[in-house]
Amino acid sequence: MTAPFQHLLTVADLGADGIAEVLRVTDSFVEVSERAIPRVPALRGKTVVSLFFEDSTRTRLSFETAAKRLSADTMTFSASTSSVKKGESLRDTVETITAMGVDAIVVRHRSAGVPWQVARWTDAAVINAGDGWHEHPTQALLDCYTIRQTRGGTGSDDVEKLFHGLRVAIVGDVAHSRVARSNVLALAALGAEVTLVAPPTLLPASLAGWPVAVSHDLDAVLPEVDVAYLLRIQQERSSEALLPSLREYTAGYGLTRDRARLLRPDAMVMHPGPMNRGVEIAAEVADLPCSVVTRQVANGVAVRMAVLFLLLGSRAALES
Amino acid sequence: MAERERQLTPPRGGVFVPRAQVMSADDVRRAVTRIAHEIVERNHGLDDVALVGLQTGGVLLARRLASALEDIEGTVVPLGTIDVAFYRDDIGIRPVLPEAVTDISFDLTGMTVVLVDDVLFTGRTVRAALNALTDYGRARAVQLAVMVDRGHRELPIRPDFVGKNLPTRRDEMVDVTPDGVSLGEMEPR
Repeated sequence: MTAPFQHLLTVADLGADGIAEVLRVTDSFVEVSERAIPRVPALRGKTVVSLFFEDSTRTRLSFETAAKRLSADTMTFSASTSSVKKGESLRDTVETITAMGVDAIVVRHRSAGVPWQVARWTDAAVINAGDGWHEHPTQALLDCYTIRQTRGGTGSDDVEKLFHGLRVAIVGDVAHSRVARSNVLALAALGAEVTLVAPPTLLPASLAGWPVAVSHDLDAVLPEVDVAYLLRIQQERSSEALLPSLREYTAGYGLTRDRARLLRPDAMVMHPGPMNRGVEIAAEVADLPCSVVTRQVANGVAVRMAVLFLLLGSRAALES
Repeated sequence: MAERERQLTPPRGGVFVPRAQVMSADDVRRAVTRIAHEIVERNHGLDDVALVGLQTGGVLLARRLASALEDIEGTVVPLGTIDVAFYRDDIGIRPVLPEAVTDISFDLTGMTVVLVDDVLFTGRTVRAALNALTDYGRARAVQLAVMVDRGHRELPIRPDFVGKNLPTRRDEMVDVTPDGVSLGEMEPR
């Protein structure tokens, strides 16, 4: 990192240089992941614990795979099978885990700001793996990496040139999406032009200070963009109540087969997963060559390896 | 020397001040030619011989050796590069970041791999490279070629092919470029 950092709580801490550094280091871990034995001894003897208070498959597995490929020891904590059930507070949980001597804590919680609290109670590196509707920094980093990889960028100095003026539409439930917030911060920091496309009920109450344009007309935006980023309609977060019906949402804002034809030939379609096929993205669109969804998942492991390595591999040295 | 080495040698962020040139550009060229001949001689030809340059100092040297070998035997040997950042034993002691992506696009199993670096010092980078190589296959043998052996080994590692043996003090720096080899010190900026 250009500026040594202790935790990864928000994309905003990284800045353009920090993001570029993560992307550069990720190149090396993509190569590691392609080997017959995708494992390096870089974090031998370090312990990474995933502290998940909210259900997750891909993020948790992705972090654990990343830690294992770096030869770190991993521990998993899930709220439903822990002393949280007996009424243990978040602080006691964190202090208990810290007392066991862990080097990094990967936190996901349904409330915004929890990773900041956790960072105050531990001397381990804290990585925000999603806090409420607030942020999901590693998702934004892997999305930036996927965009860069798909557009053929490698090396260190091309990052800002590659993203400068890149037009990205983020479509769907922005109000309840930590993915959208982190991506807006990351893409804007790198110089991309972000347009949010959503019905007014799914946009945050205020967008003051957001470096974005807003549109309610997907058909007008699609022919203009390099990246169409579709957000998941989060039925468990009751965003459905803000819509007349899912069918109506699909009619106005879903990337249907007909709409996909509006995209430029070199445009890419992204989705953070899990996809609601037939709602925000048509099943056949998700499988088109321009869809990079599976590539996003594959890159997730390499990006998280880079983040863990940067936090744990060089931290002690940078502090000394 | 690699740029990172330059940044990490105390005083940190200093500049390299050459005191004496110990090899000229011609000396380096002749040493490359001689090492190439030695590689051919030692291995009775170039069957199953591959070159792997250590990032970043050994990469250019590996390329020059490859073209010298082609001139001698008319054979193009497989050429790879390796970055040992993830295999260092000083992670956490000093900043270790990958400098470039490892690129070994051939199977090492059964090959004789000649590791190539510019300067051999403590031997720790070579130790890391040996570990890294095993992740790419089981080489039949690994040999080590360096332009300068400056002594001060901390591990039982010895080079097979040496451009020049150069006695140094621990706090000196050796700078290998296509224009020659210089000995000097790092001075505060």
